Amino acid sequence: MLHIVNKSATDRGSLESCLAMATKGSAVLLIEDAVYAATTGGAAAAKIQAAAADLKIYALGPDLAARGMAARVLDGVNVVDYAGFVDLVAEHKSCQSWL
Amino acid sequence: MSDMDDMDDGSGIVKKFMFLNRKAPHGTVYALEGLEVVLITAAFDQDVSMVFTDDGVYQLLKGIDTKGIEVKDFSKTYRALDGYDIEKLYVDQASLDARGLAEDDLIVDVTVLSVDEMANLMAEQDVVISF
Repeated sequence: MLHIVNKSATDRGSLESCLAMATKGSAVLLIEDAVYAATTGGAAAAKIQAAAADLKIYALGPDLAARGMAARVLDGVNVVDYAGFVDLVAEHKSCQSWL
Repeated sequence: MSDMDDMDDGSGIVKKFMFLNRKAPHGTVYALEGLEVVLITAAFDQDVSMVFTDDGVYQLLKGIDTKGIEVKDFSKTYRALDGYDIEKLYVDQASLDARGLAEDDLIVDVTVLSVDEMANLMAEQDVVISF
C-alpha cells in the first residue's frame, strides 16, 4: 500500500497517524509541506529514520526544492519526481492520502 | 509637506501592527497572502513588525526554487521589504531549533527572539494579524 502525506509534521498529526497505521513493506510518499519531515535536523527526522527500517520512504523532489530543502534530505529517503510519483501510484494496489 | 499630509483625516495616527506568520510557504496560501497584506500596510506608514514562528520560519529559508511546482517564488520579496521601510523582522529561536535551522539559513537579516521576548513584543502591539 502507498501512503501519501501532504501536511507538515510540525503543524499537524497526519504523519504520525500515517506511520502508526503503515504496515511493514508499505511505501510512504511525502509531498507538499510533508517533505520537511524528510530533512535533517528537524523534530520528525528521527521518526522518519526509524520508520525507514520497515517502510519505504519517498519524498517529492520538486516540493523539496520549492522549500529550499533539496540539499537537506535524510539518508534512507528516496527522492522522486512527478513521473516517479505516478509510478508509485501505479505500482501499489491501493493508496491512502492522509489529508 | 504634501497636501495629503495637511488634511485632517487621521492619517497621522501610527499604530503598532504585528504580522504573525506561522505557516510554511506553498502548502497553503497564507504566507503569500500575509506578505501582500504587509506590503499594503506599509503604504499607510504604520509601525510594522513581521514575526515568524512555528512553520512560519520556513518562509525565510535560502535556496528556494519553485520552478518544479510552477508557483511564484515570493521568497525574494522578503529581501525587498526594507525598501518599503519594513525592517522589523523577528524570528522565534525555539522554532528554528525545533527544525534544525539557524539564523544563517535565512534569506534576510532578522532579530532572533526567545519566547519571552516574543511574548512581550506581542503584548505591546495595537493590532496583531495572524497568517
